[in-house]
Amino acid sequence: MNSQTNLSRRAALKAAGAGLIVAGVGAGGLVFGHNNAWAAKAENLDADTFATLVQMSRDIYSHDRLEDKYYAAAVSGLDKAAKDDAALKALLSDGVAGLNKAAGGAYSGLSDADQRMALLKAMEGDGFFQKVRGNLVTGLYNNKEVWPLFGYEGASADKGGYIDRGFNDINWL
Amino acid sequence: MATFDMNDDNVVVVVGSGAGGGTLGAELAIKGVKTVILEAGGRHETEDFQNDEWGSFGQISWLDKRTTSGSWRVAKDFAGLPAWIVKAVGGSTTHWAGASLRFQEHEWKAKTTYGDVAGASLLDWPIDMAEMDPWYAKAEDRMGVTRTNGIPGLPGNNKYKVLEAGARKLGYKEVHTGRMAINSEPRDDRAACLQIGFCFQGCKSGAKWSTLVAEIPKGETTGNLEVRPNAQVLKIEHDDSGKVTGVLYADKDGKQHLQKARVVCVAGNSIESPRLLLNSASSKYPDGLANSSGMVGKNYMRHMTGSVYAVYDKPVNMYRGTTMAGIIQDESRHDPSRGFVGGYEMETLSLGLPFMAAFLDPGGWGKDFSWWMDNYENMAGMWLVGEDMPQEKNAITLHATEKDQHGLPVPNVHFDDHDNDIKMREHAFGQGEAVYKAAGAVKTFRTPPYPSTHNLGTNRMNAEAKDGVVNKHGQTHDIGNLFVSDGSQFTTGAAENPTLTIVALALRQADFIAGEMSKGNL
Repeated sequence: MNSQTNLSRRAALKAAGAGLIVAGVGAGGLVFGHNNAWAAKAENLDADTFATLVQMSRDIYSHDRLEDKYYAAAVSGLDKAAKDDAALKALLSDGVAGLNKAAGGAYSGLSDADQRMALLKAMEGDGFFQKVRGNLVTGLYNNKEVWPLFGYEGASADKGGYIDRGFNDINWL
Repeated sequence: MATFDMNDDNVVVVVGSGAGGGTLGAELAIKGVKTVILEAGGRHETEDFQNDEWGSFGQISWLDKRTTSGSWRVAKDFAGLPAWIVKAVGGSTTHWAGASLRFQEHEWKAKTTYGDVAGASLLDWPIDMAEMDPWYAKAEDRMGVTRTNGIPGLPGNNKYKVLEAGARKLGYKEVHTGRMAINSEPRDDRAACLQIGFCFQGCKSGAKWSTLVAEIPKGETTGNLEVRPNAQVLKIEHDDSGKVTGVLYADKDGKQHLQKARVVCVAGNSIESPRLLLNSASSKYPDGLANSSGMVGKNYMRHMTGSVYAVYDKPVNMYRGTTMAGIIQDESRHDPSRGFVGGYEMETLSLGLPFMAAFLDPGGWGKDFSWWMDNYENMAGMWLVGEDMPQEKNAITLHATEKDQHGLPVPNVHFDDHDNDIKMREHAFGQGEAVYKAAGAVKTFRTPPYPSTHNLGTNRMNAEAKDGVVNKHGQTHDIGNLFVSDGSQFTTGAAENPTLTIVALALRQADFIAGEMSKGNL
């Protein structure tokens, strides 16, 4: 995966069905999703590492309702943190290398979703996996853009609370 | 607001401004006693609070280094965060949910009622319900507790309605929207609850009682109270006779000051209070202050806790409205036929999406976890809180090597669940799931304990000095002018949320201290 792959539309649809979201990487750290659904720029990690982390993130907390860009945004947080943290950068780079090795090739190209999950399960106690998972707890679920997609409305005091906005509107009990 | 001189040795110094310290300091000031409250955290007023879980967590939580040990699950899930408490003026009353329940009569006599429980260091309190009733009444009036003093209950929100529906189907009788120190109507110059839903993040309408909004301002208007924020007390000083003479504290820049005192009252919560007494060891008191019994830091209790979350096939929107205004009290009785001593309360609870991700199933991931998050808007939640057994080995100790920003040993929090705690939690999980299933839940989940919010017992009260730190007034057995004024006084924990009892004890202690001062005994 050293250059942007030109997948046919058919191949892209097949990849999407398997939950694969990385189309390829380009020059300057650019990482692309299928059908240009998302793109991100690896600032500190190499683009292949970044791309694999995005796929891994989606596999850890997979939500059909979430576009791939939210996983890429969470990984961008890790990428930024790696700027002045050599140990983190090494943890992520070595972790991805290990994951690819276990996958017998590129993890992000492994079309069998069950196989990807099995690989993650086998490494869930590792510091690398826990770093990537822990990053998502805030990097994904504390992203205010995803809150409404889960039906969470966030701050309410500025709207007068819910006293007149449905605090007791349940009607199906 | 008053300002007192560092060398004024006529002031009462209160360490901490939460339920115990904030109430005590204000009440002493109202009684005419010159008082200085030293608060380790900053002062954030109502308008400063954030409707943002992580933002608020960073703003008000006590995040100084702490370590954990023991078999409790918190040590695994949150190794560096044994307790979820506050470092700010108002202490953990800024964060608390408002549940204000009196102890039951038998809970003052745990040893007598429960008998010998293997491995538990149970005692009876040296005070009882008859002694505490008037102080509870005073506390409820001060705090504006709903369903007391003619104050109506809060209206039931969505998650309460789900809880109530299930509870009624199971045949539970004591089910209501709680006794809450949250205004259901305007009272005490504070507004009524707007059902904002961020009770844990500091109430932005002022409807929730806290020492920050309700007690401290009353104390300050007397001209007898000075609250000094960003003042982390490091050590309590004493003279050759053994009496305490003042406290050494660090200000926000780390600069150290000595505030002299006539009386010192420690109210830093059940981790920091014993830590301060232990860190104050001297040649006269090599094991720490007030520690001739060896009980300072021991018998740490944190309540049996757990949560049950349920998913329904339609929206609940549990985050809308007061967090804990809903309770089932039927299981709070002592009924050993259930296989354990003591009882527990079942109370509504909600977390926002960000905290749900962190706390539902710490460390959880994969399809099952994602399914729960996908159903967030269809979820209802309850918290289970019951009496845990005091055990001497559960303790706050000084870490052998780790030091804080002031160079003092950090506290280690050791906790092992007692067999009784485990049996009670199992029972509570089962009943909680039954409640939600009775209301039609698609699926239920047993969430393990959060970092401790009810930290108790580490300077426990006992009539005899040999196995207690303080007497029935919270006065240390060893040093007459040194008091403990927070939940660390608790002899046993009872099933109820502790704040009302902490406030009642603080009001009673203020009466005692002011009386002893006027008699010339202090």
